[in-house]
Amino acid sequence: MTIAGATTADLMAAVASGETTAVEVAQAFLDRIEAHDGSIDAFLHVSKENALAQAAEVDTKRRSGQPLGKLAGLPIAIKDNLCTKGEPTTCSSRMLEKFVSPYDATVIERLRAADAVLIGRTNLDEFAMGSSTENSAFKTTRNPWNVAHAPGGSSGGSAAAVAAGMAPLALGSDTGGSIRQPAGFCGVVGLKPTYGRVSRYGLVAFASSLDQIGPMANDVHGAALLLEAIAGGDPLDSTCLPEAVPSYTSTLEEPIAGLRIGVVRSHYGEGLDAEVNAALQRAIEQYEDMGATIVDVEMPHQQYSVATYYVIAPCEASSNLARYDGIHYGYRAPQFDDMIDLYARSRGEAFGAEVKRRIMLGTFALSAGYADQYYNKALKVRRLIRRDFDKAFEQCDVILTPIAPTPAFKIGEMADDPLAMYLSDIFTIGANLAGVPGISLPAGFSSSGLPIGMQLLAPALQEERLLRVARMFERATDWHTRRPQLST
Amino acid sequence: MSVQLSRDDVAKVALLSRLKLDDGELDRMTEQLGAILGYVERLSEVDTEGIEPMAHAVERTNVFRADVETPMLPREAALSNAPKTDGQYFLVPQIFDAG
Amino acid sequence: MKYTTIIGLEVHVQLLTRTKLFSGCVNRFNPDAPNSQTDPVTLGLPGSLPVMNAEAFRLAVKVGMALNCEIARFTKWDRKQYYYPDLPKAYQISQYDLPLCSDGFLDITNAEGETRRIGIIRAHLEEDAGKNLHEGGSDSKVDLNRAGTPLVEIVSQPDLRSAAEAKQYLEELKLLLTYLAVSDCNMQEGSLRCDVNINLHVHTDDGHNIPTPIVEVKNLNSFRGVEMACEYETKRQIEDFQKTGQRLGDVPKQTRGWDLARGVSYPLRSKEEASDYRYFPDPDLAPVTVTGEWLDEVRETLGELPAARRDRLGDAWQLSQYDASVIITQGQDVADYYETVAQTCGDGKQAANWVTQDVLRELNERKLSIAQFPIPATVLGNLLNRVVAGEMTVKGAREVFTTLLELPADQVTDATVEQIITDKGLLLVTDTGEVDKAIDLVLADPKHEKAIADVRGGKQQAVGPLIGNVMKHLKGADPKAVRTRLLERIGGA
Ligand SMILES: [Mg+2]
Ligand SMILES: [Zn+2]
Repeated sequence: MTIAGATTADLMAAVASGETTAVEVAQAFLDRIEAHDGSIDAFLHVSKENALAQAAEVDTKRRSGQPLGKLAGLPIAIKDNLCTKGEPTTCSSRMLEKFVSPYDATVIERLRAADAVLIGRTNLDEFAMGSSTENSAFKTTRNPWNVAHAPGGSSGGSAAAVAAGMAPLALGSDTGGSIRQPAGFCGVVGLKPTYGRVSRYGLVAFASSLDQIGPMANDVHGAALLLEAIAGGDPLDSTCLPEAVPSYTSTLEEPIAGLRIGVVRSHYGEGLDAEVNAALQRAIEQYEDMGATIVDVEMPHQQYSVATYYVIAPCEASSNLARYDGIHYGYRAPQFDDMIDLYARSRGEAFGAEVKRRIMLGTFALSAGYADQYYNKALKVRRLIRRDFDKAFEQCDVILTPIAPTPAFKIGEMADDPLAMYLSDIFTIGANLAGVPGISLPAGFSSSGLPIGMQLLAPALQEERLLRVARMFERATDWHTRRPQLST
Repeated sequence: MSVQLSRDDVAKVALLSRLKLDDGELDRMTEQLGAILGYVERLSEVDTEGIEPMAHAVERTNVFRADVETPMLPREAALSNAPKTDGQYFLVPQIFDAG
Repeated sequence: MKYTTIIGLEVHVQLLTRTKLFSGCVNRFNPDAPNSQTDPVTLGLPGSLPVMNAEAFRLAVKVGMALNCEIARFTKWDRKQYYYPDLPKAYQISQYDLPLCSDGFLDITNAEGETRRIGIIRAHLEEDAGKNLHEGGSDSKVDLNRAGTPLVEIVSQPDLRSAAEAKQYLEELKLLLTYLAVSDCNMQEGSLRCDVNINLHVHTDDGHNIPTPIVEVKNLNSFRGVEMACEYETKRQIEDFQKTGQRLGDVPKQTRGWDLARGVSYPLRSKEEASDYRYFPDPDLAPVTVTGEWLDEVRETLGELPAARRDRLGDAWQLSQYDASVIITQGQDVADYYETVAQTCGDGKQAANWVTQDVLRELNERKLSIAQFPIPATVLGNLLNRVVAGEMTVKGAREVFTTLLELPADQVTDATVEQIITDKGLLLVTDTGEVDKAIDLVLADPKHEKAIADVRGGKQQAVGPLIGNVMKHLKGADPKAVRTRLLERIGGA
């Protein structure tokens, strides 16, 4: 077995059988990063020594027969907006370039408790605002399938790390598609859980009512395993759901009998890339071959989801990012006239263009005289979008949609047109507004060799169903087994 | 359609946002915000009469914690990321009013 | 010029919880160890999230109930956004359009003895900010120990009509909060802080009312400060009106600070922009719904509130409004002490005299709380019972009282009281034989002939010196009884 690029199941089996050790596994992934991240730039920070020390601890535990966690010895890459005690947590922003978190996010605590090996911190669009990872203050991550293309975003670093075999698992966060879209662009599996399924405590907030942490992996099993380790109630997050977490991995191989797959016909019309459309049609047929029924569902308010999202998310972001004021932590401008100037220069100098744009948009939409027209209106439309989902799920078990209108676009291609970039989030945003879970999985390749992903959506708290339906497809196809050729 | 936002309006929002923007940024921002708000205008087509706003993705109520102490951060850790500190306090330029 | 002063108060009260409003960080006044009581939530660190303290919520409901407010069955939290160094998230979690409590009132008694009902617009739960310290030098300092302390903000209607009424309102409010045990109301420590909104209604000769612009004086942290600020502002606004003629609406609301040392208010540097707090519901916190059942449970824990207790004491012990007020104002422990004394001696008026005068004087002089007072209520009650029963004079009882105060606490018992009475011979002679013997001696003394004749002639005041002389022959006697007997005897001679 080649360690780097192997699935989590294979790695676990190899370590359990004594074929290899956690330290050897960690070293193999570190070597892979060393060899290839120079061209991919997925990582902002590689925790070499810590990773090896954690792996050694797992080996010691195993040798001495101590109980081991669910993720024992599995390397995992962490999106750099998850607070990790003693490590830089930069959110790819100059604002937090020197910030070292004094505390662990709940998911990080859970990873530690599960004996995972935290291998490094991955690049993202600054404060998770973007769909290409080009909005990072530090580096531009490249798509491992073609380095001229973007990996998607904002969890582009995590997606690229998994796709390039530099980590079998990664954590991302998804506010409007930021796990699913880069997973689709990079040909890996990414799952945005139900809002509240995973604690947000320690996730640097972008838009609090939309943000959700989720797993990325090179197969559905890996995603199920990681979700199992991080999901569940947390007294530190008021919005986190206390419902028991099913054992996703143990039911994964059970296909769903009488599966009804919802399809929104308008998704497959104008604006959708022909190759993406073809791949999705083949996927739909694949499910029919497996006995699923295809049901047409209506989502009449989906056409408003981008507009709704680009009011609500910036409003919340303008508030969440107000704390970066150069006083208690983060960047402070070296020169200023007075307090207001200190704030304005520190923020003006340290935030990138996209972050400023969203703060401005949100501040405006919440300001006196405009809040009703924009913010309150968007909240009402949000409820209508949620009702569309409720109604659709009365007719079907999951909804199958594209992830993005096209495969991964070229780096720089969308940089000058923020609105065009926002519009490409059309398929993913609804799940965040409605709070329902969604998974992205490989469904084919374009003629130019770029991955094409598809998205499955399920009702709230139906991650188990989602994973099983995804696994049905995965078992019948081999898209997920393909690996990019990396230059060295 | 594009919303008519003047450069002055945008400058006001920048002050409220505590963002110092240079002239070029202000121009670009005026144009881009106008375009985005223009797109957002389509929300006005939607009949939302009688629809309750939805501020949370999952609408839970009554989430409380008991009044029980949990570990605090030592001062050193609390101040560890401060741009300016004397080891006891966060330091900011002299301020006078109580606003 | 005729005018009426119109005052409304905004009071911020820190709640006595063990931990802060949104995290398990200790809630304690601790200015000596700045920034030692924080955690990620208090510091507003990236990624930290608030979780509502159930006890803070319950205490806020108690405050609302005690202020006769409607308690909202559905309430939520909003973010109020502004930049200030003591506000680490750059927003305060507060309540905007659906406050926890609304539409209440607090009754106060003004200087004329009239009851005045002061409306409460709303009372809501919010978090306190940290503290900025300006000690000179090029930097200001920020201490976040206070950040996140639970506060109830109580906003009154503009129903107060003078500085004195404003002070009375605050005193009554503080008393109420103290009775509820929801706050220590320690003003030096900032547990209770006050903003004053004040303007005038100028009455013109032709019967019109002209409201002057409203001024807010912020951050007053003593009752005296509030009173002085109201007096000062009243004068300043009269002069201002005479000079400028400005009415409400002519100028934006002005915010002023209060300089305690100079006794003047001063304009706070106006912000470079009009405030726009951009309130919106905090997505990190869940709204709260409460049931009538739960509200009933909380209501049962309110206990007897000061106004009710004042009325009850007045009725039960025939106390004047004044005496009852003095006792109630001292707090629950003094009122408890009073009630025990009154019950033990059986005379509420007698008990009130002693508690409001002798006991309070001693407490003041010795800087003691009633809990530390050396004479237990039952001991004082039993002593006063002797006075009530006519066995001792007030003077004699006072002598015992004074003696008791000198003794070690464990010796202050009923037995010791007996001993002192015996030793000092303070028991009144009730044996009429003894009294008659002494009267015989006095009447037989020729130097009293004139006085005796005067009394007989109807000049009753001449009996005074005779009583004194009779008393000299007795170890202890009730002067009233001696007087009665003496008059009988002289009259019958
Ligand atoms: Mg106030
Ligand atoms: Zn307040």
